[in-house]
Amino acid sequence: MIKLTIDAREIEVEEGTSILQACTQNDIEIPRFCYHEKLSIAGSCRMCLVEVEKMPKLVISCAMPCAAGMVVHTQNDRIKRARAEVMAMLLLNHPLDCPVCDRGGACDLQDLAFAYGWDRSCSKEERRQVCDKELGPLIKTVMTRCIHCTRCLRFMDEIAGVPSLGGLYRGEDLEITPVSEGPILSELAGNLIEICPVGALTAKPDAFAFRPWELEKTDSIDVMDAVGSNIRIDTRGNKVMRIVPRLHEGINETWINDKTRFACDGLNYQRLDRPYLRREGRLEAVSWDDALEVIAKKLHNLPPERLGAIAGDLADCESMFAMKAFLKALDTPNMDCRQDGALYDISARAGYVMNSRISGIEQADVILLVGTNPRFEASLVNARLRKRFLQGGVKIGLIGSPCNLTYPYEHVGYSAVTVRDLLEEKHPFADLLKGARRPMLILGAAAAARADGPALHTACCELAERFNLARDGFNGFNVLQSAASRVGGLDLGFVPQGKYGLACAGMRAAAQTGRLDVLYLLGADEMDMKYLGKAFVIYQGHHGDLGAQRADVVLPTPAYTEKDGHYVNTEGRPQRARRAVMPLGQAQEDWAVLVMLAQACGKSLPFENADQLRKAMIKAAPHLGALDEVPVNMWQRFGTGGSLSLQKMQNGPANFYMTDSICRASPTMAQCTREVWPLLQGEG
Amino acid sequence: MMAMALSTGQPVFSFQPEAQEQARAIVARYPEGRQASALAPLLDLAQRQNKGFLSRDAIFYVADFLDVPAIRAFEVASFYSMFNLEPVGLYLIQICRTTPCWLAGSDDLKKAIEEHLGLKVGQTSEDKLFTLREVECLGACVNAPAVQINDDYYEALTPETLIAILKALARGEKPVYAPCNVAGRCSCACKKEKTC
Repeated sequence: MIKLTIDAREIEVEEGTSILQACTQNDIEIPRFCYHEKLSIAGSCRMCLVEVEKMPKLVISCAMPCAAGMVVHTQNDRIKRARAEVMAMLLLNHPLDCPVCDRGGACDLQDLAFAYGWDRSCSKEERRQVCDKELGPLIKTVMTRCIHCTRCLRFMDEIAGVPSLGGLYRGEDLEITPVSEGPILSELAGNLIEICPVGALTAKPDAFAFRPWELEKTDSIDVMDAVGSNIRIDTRGNKVMRIVPRLHEGINETWINDKTRFACDGLNYQRLDRPYLRREGRLEAVSWDDALEVIAKKLHNLPPERLGAIAGDLADCESMFAMKAFLKALDTPNMDCRQDGALYDISARAGYVMNSRISGIEQADVILLVGTNPRFEASLVNARLRKRFLQGGVKIGLIGSPCNLTYPYEHVGYSAVTVRDLLEEKHPFADLLKGARRPMLILGAAAAARADGPALHTACCELAERFNLARDGFNGFNVLQSAASRVGGLDLGFVPQGKYGLACAGMRAAAQTGRLDVLYLLGADEMDMKYLGKAFVIYQGHHGDLGAQRADVVLPTPAYTEKDGHYVNTEGRPQRARRAVMPLGQAQEDWAVLVMLAQACGKSLPFENADQLRKAMIKAAPHLGALDEVPVNMWQRFGTGGSLSLQKMQNGPANFYMTDSICRASPTMAQCTREVWPLLQGEG
Repeated sequence: MMAMALSTGQPVFSFQPEAQEQARAIVARYPEGRQASALAPLLDLAQRQNKGFLSRDAIFYVADFLDVPAIRAFEVASFYSMFNLEPVGLYLIQICRTTPCWLAGSDDLKKAIEEHLGLKVGQTSEDKLFTLREVECLGACVNAPAVQINDDYYEALTPETLIAILKALARGEKPVYAPCNVAGRCSCACKKEKTC
């Protein structure tokens, strides 16, 4: 620890802390443009000048480490004047177009000019104009506004790992330019908007749509993947206007991926706002009573094994818990939350979550990725892997199809059989795992959902035991889920009950062959609806997607922005999403629908309101009650065995921008699919 | 200065065999893992092979050769005025316009060239032989005014001597111009009677 004096205050900081960081830690405001907590230091804006006694000139506090006995001043006249002069220089070429700028009202330059600048410009020179750059469907550029802080360059280089932006030409002519015009080939491009301190890079999809001060802000959780990124939902009236990240050091740091950020316009399209009933092949709008009555009739005297329910990827814990209670009331053993058809052993919680946590990646020294493309399955896990790579001293290996992960890795093998080679130490990567201090394995959910998934899962468990992945205080065995609902569903035991309960594939096969009469889809859209035979399909969800198209009854429920719900992310970390806007039209909360339906069937559920439901749910799965706390899972042997397939593992989704019903309804995601994905796919 | 446009549409570039060898020799000057340091020399090598200017292809090629992101090579290429991002004539005439040369008559030189070649600063002659450009200090103030033509410096010039040089170049000769007895000095040496 170092002791120094800032503004006549004795302050103690850790060695290596910059003056700016020391000030921030002690609530002393230092204006800055180029400095960003998560990026390297550029020292180019000169806004963070402070005075250090015995130093002849003012120093930039972002790049000056604290030293013992330093006496720093941040508020005297000399600094005020210097800051005002820096501000004047930054504004030399900055247009006075705040009234038409989308950043207006939430602009660092505006705020700091107001706080630290002069009230007028003394420049009589002509201002320069810079041509706007084409950066694809997500980012709008007004390059004349750029103040050359180079945050965007550093973000692309360091976080996104796609060095595509650069500062071309020099001095007065410097321009931030992409290497070639066209979309930024990164799944994290939207963060450029966030880090730009001026209006040079703004969101294209919501250009001129709102002013930041008009928005109501609700803290919530993202459901586009299983990372559970912390987000803030900004709404106006009953409409979600934008989604921005919230800081969570353990999960997403300050970033979110483009799907999280921009798929929210899908909430305005293809919505189910009232119940529908299929009559003579067409879905017709009906009342809740009629819809429930039809279902109750269908369920009346139905043998319980002829009913099944599948929960989709966006389902929250409350919905699944209510559904399970409903099915229990009907004595149905057929239920599954794994619509991808995964059948690997879930008897141990350690066998289906990311035990090391996302932040644990930073401690690992050998990382083996098995059948996963984290870049598109969990972009922020990939960002963390890249961060680990930049820290140095890590070996990363990949089993699966080679792809661009934005950091170098060793390609260990193509198929699941490679895992056996590692087990038998036939592959040199095994030596790395053996010698590692903190080895880590990340098994992709898609690979574990294949036909040889149970075998692969077992082999990975054996690998974990063979190389002692689960050590004291660090469990390196990880399953990287890709669906927001999965861990929650498994935690609640939304899986086939008893010996004869059918899993997802079993239910579909039974429907196809007529052994299952009623299939209840709880927002399940990501499976093939063609082969459901003559089954009566109830779809409960919020988008008119694949499930609703096949359904015989459609029950509208709120999307994730319209309800309070628990989600458990891939780490096993329970978090709570909050309602930002009201449900659309006649939509009813999932659990309320099930309570009504149970009543219509003459059954009763053990809860009548949301409070009771949550209490019951937390009683069934106590860890859901401790929000944001990751339970430590006991290590135990798991796995059902089986034979590994030689078939190459395809890692990564078929289309990053279209993985659930919300993004499939989003015009922005459709545009990304057309313009970005073909290029990004080539990259990845 | 106008920002130069990055030229496009040039044929695909690659180093000739002897340039390959030179490039490898240049890269070998730097420690292992620091190949990116060879960026500027290799861009220069590429420019020499590519008729005096760097096409997009050439920059991409060099970046690829050194395994650095293309944008880093573009940054270097666009930063230094010695790299040309637009095609230039066979002879690139760079007139120094910084104070000493300007005092010693660089404006007259500029006017003489513009009249002789019929072009303005920044332009290339129709026969693609000459490109005229103004530059800041060439570092030859001792013999101002100075002009750089490709790699050669021509110093202590007058409009007449400069035009003679241009004419010789146009004929395909390589003129040697070593001015003596300019203001009582030979080349940049001191006056005869003085030690310094």
